[in-house]
Amino acid sequence: MSAAPAALAVRGLSAGYGPVTALHEVTFSAGRGRITAVLGANGAGKTTLLRTLSGLHRARAGSVELHGRAVTGVPAEQMAGLGMAHVPEGRGVITELSVEENLRLGALGRGRGVRADKAGGRGANDLDRAYALFPVLADRRRAAAGTLSGGERQMLVLARALMARPQLLLLDEPSLGLAPRIVAQIFALVRDLVREEGLSVLLVEQNARSALSVADRGVVLDLGRVVADEDADVLARDDQLRHAYLGF
Amino acid sequence: MRAPTPALPDAPLARHLLLAAVGLVAVVLVLQGVSEFRRFQLAEMAYLGIAAGGLTVLTGLNGQVSLGHGALMAIGAYTAALLLPDRDASVPLPLVLLAATVVALAVGAVVGVAAARLHGPYLAGATLALAVAVPGIALYFKDTLGGEQGLPVVLPEPPAWALDTAYFLTGQELTTSGYVALIGWLVLTVTYVLLANLSRSRVGRRWRAVRDDEVAAQLAGIDLGRARVSAFVVSAAAAGAAGAVLALSVRLAAPSSFTLTLSLTLLAAVVLGGLGSLTGALLGAALLTFLPQVATGLGTDAGLSDIQAAELAPLVYGLVMVAVVLLAPAGLAGSLRLLAVRRRTRGALSTTSKGTAR
Amino acid sequence: MQQLLNTSLVGLTLGFVYAAFALALVLVWRSTRVVNFAQAPMAMVTTFVALVVIEGGASWWLGLAAALASGLVLGAVLERAVVRPVQGGSQINAVILTLGLFIVLHALAAVVFGNRYRSFPAPFGIRGLEVGDRTVALTPTGVFTIVAVLVVMALLVALFRFTDLGLRMRAAAFNREVARLLGVRVGRMLTLGWALASLVGSLAGVLIASGSLVHPGFMDSVVVFGFVAAVLGGLDSPVGSVVGGLVLGLSLSFVSGYVGSQLVPLAALLILVLVLLVRPGGLFSTTTARQV
Repeated sequence: MSAAPAALAVRGLSAGYGPVTALHEVTFSAGRGRITAVLGANGAGKTTLLRTLSGLHRARAGSVELHGRAVTGVPAEQMAGLGMAHVPEGRGVITELSVEENLRLGALGRGRGVRADKAGGRGANDLDRAYALFPVLADRRRAAAGTLSGGERQMLVLARALMARPQLLLLDEPSLGLAPRIVAQIFALVRDLVREEGLSVLLVEQNARSALSVADRGVVLDLGRVVADEDADVLARDDQLRHAYLGF
Repeated sequence: MRAPTPALPDAPLARHLLLAAVGLVAVVLVLQGVSEFRRFQLAEMAYLGIAAGGLTVLTGLNGQVSLGHGALMAIGAYTAALLLPDRDASVPLPLVLLAATVVALAVGAVVGVAAARLHGPYLAGATLALAVAVPGIALYFKDTLGGEQGLPVVLPEPPAWALDTAYFLTGQELTTSGYVALIGWLVLTVTYVLLANLSRSRVGRRWRAVRDDEVAAQLAGIDLGRARVSAFVVSAAAAGAAGAVLALSVRLAAPSSFTLTLSLTLLAAVVLGGLGSLTGALLGAALLTFLPQVATGLGTDAGLSDIQAAELAPLVYGLVMVAVVLLAPAGLAGSLRLLAVRRRTRGALSTTSKGTAR
Repeated sequence: MQQLLNTSLVGLTLGFVYAAFALALVLVWRSTRVVNFAQAPMAMVTTFVALVVIEGGASWWLGLAAALASGLVLGAVLERAVVRPVQGGSQINAVILTLGLFIVLHALAAVVFGNRYRSFPAPFGIRGLEVGDRTVALTPTGVFTIVAVLVVMALLVALFRFTDLGLRMRAAAFNREVARLLGVRVGRMLTLGWALASLVGSLAGVLIASGSLVHPGFMDSVVVFGFVAAVLGGLDSPVGSVVGGLVLGLSLSFVSGYVGSQLVPLAALLILVLVLLVRPGGLFSTTTARQV
């Protein structure tokens, strides 16, 4: 390990709902400029993990560090300003707003507005960059986000998250309900972003095979506990683990 | 759970009827023992209790809010007034009460059908419109409905057998206000027995299912719209009966009796009593009847003018409504019940711990 | 002909006030899923504040400013203190809460300001304008009413369309969780939404009162008209609520002029029932049913 702190360091994190404990002392870290996949079956605690990391859900115990800075208990609305962008499950576009308004909103999290009139400045450049990255969105910039297809929505939330110029991106089930071709396209895009911009990604996926094909490292959760934390290619070759937890 | 009192019969209908009979005898005894003014107040408590009982079924069991129960009472009262214009009116009293109930039920059906297709605030809004609209009808049709002054209601002579029975039971002559109060409590008892049985029946279970989880109810084959409309219609019918009793009690059906405030305070009574409990509704009606006098008295003692002091009772209702929603969403009766359960469990726990310590 | 014109002019003026009130209801409904029935007594209280200021010797305009400012504060305070705790709970508790507030504000106003009718001055004349040699039913105050509502609506459109704050408020209203993840302080936005709605309601209150009488119950029927107008427009749509307000104002003015003013609330009820039966999604919805 290098001297620089990890993008994300999680130690002994526990969380739950009422009497149910969904996470048991989860410990792992996500390296800078790498893709870390969090895998596991439905109900393993993956989504709870992301929600707890981004401050939507309160942790019962444990600590979270973002680039060496303690962020345990920081509420969700402040996390965006600290460089973490959480793309929730189910493609959380705000359907009533237009595509461009969704994107502008993403930039607001950083505290610097992007004018709709594109009067110039760095914000407008971010918008241009998003449209360059996702030409589909440029064509539909005035359309209500609710009219987009599933794949387009996934691109919109990804583009919106990037507007905040995050250092760490939390992606919750981006492949859910999408055609394999679109999934491949989105994963390739994430891969490129990591390579070109030094972004760190925590990728939660039920589709372990696709996730491990892009990830550098994999953390496997089962019933809220970490049962494996290995390099992605090691995990992909571990037949026993694959059969037991990953279903392929 | 075991029935609280083993002496009571197990079947709900039989138990309700027994309770009703005991209650009625108690009412007769109380009525004979109090002053004329108190008899008048007890009649008021009866009609407020009937309307609140209907409303609590709607709000507590079906999760809808009506702000129009005052207006529905007005419809019942005017129906009664039209049927009892003078002493020679040939319509027997039970028929008058029935007619008032049916007319209110019909109006309730129209409003209910419109509002029930959507949930949320629509019934509340539509019934609010009803509450504001109904007094205007009386003003517009001056010739038939008497305008601002309203319509006088002539109370038919009590039948001889009723006078005889009352005398036989209590050894006193039955006064007019005693007679009216008796009618009120009789109607209240019948209404509550019907409502209690209905809420335990399949219909009541459907209402609750719709209130608790619409999707689950729909999957179970329940027609949401029909369940909502039926709950509102039943509730409206009770309000109609209450209006008729009101008309008999004050001998007048006038727009000033049926303001928006009446509808809102009925809701306050239901919230105070704990949503969905008939006992709570009766408790709420008692508060509506007896609190204003107390509050106004305290207000004038504290140096407020009469008009200002008269606003203290509604102020209390409103504050309590807000407080109940914020602090005790189960209502006063519900919270007391919870408290009792908690104390009982704590008691049980302490006995067991003592047992193990020994 | 003359009566037709005058009835339409009166209806138009009223329609703008109903539109403003409906807009206030829609703003609150959109952001917190509560129909704020207490909007009526809130506006009544702030109108009384204006009256006290004016009777104290200040100008009508200072009175209006006082009403708007107190509306802003009242809306924010009520949202923070009593509405926030019931958010996310059952719908029925929220409805009961606003009705409790309704009763409380009514009773308080009657204790503090008295339970009688008091006249409220008008900013401009209340005699009909003269067109040629005829007097029409549009007063200078009526013209001001229309202009004032239009200006406030234009400002709201500008806020929501063109500013970052407006974008944040809309995001908070539409999807709280996603808005939080994007750094929007949702609680603050909801408070601001209530405050703005209450300000618009206060404006409607002062406009209705001007040149007329005020009383603790003087806004009660307006909340009904505002609700009907909002439902006409689909309850979720600010533009729809404005159109709904105008349609309702005109319709009710004709009922009042040709049938009888006592039946105006009944006509509003009938319109509401008709809309709910025929087009439950409002006049402008494309779908026939609406999931709330």
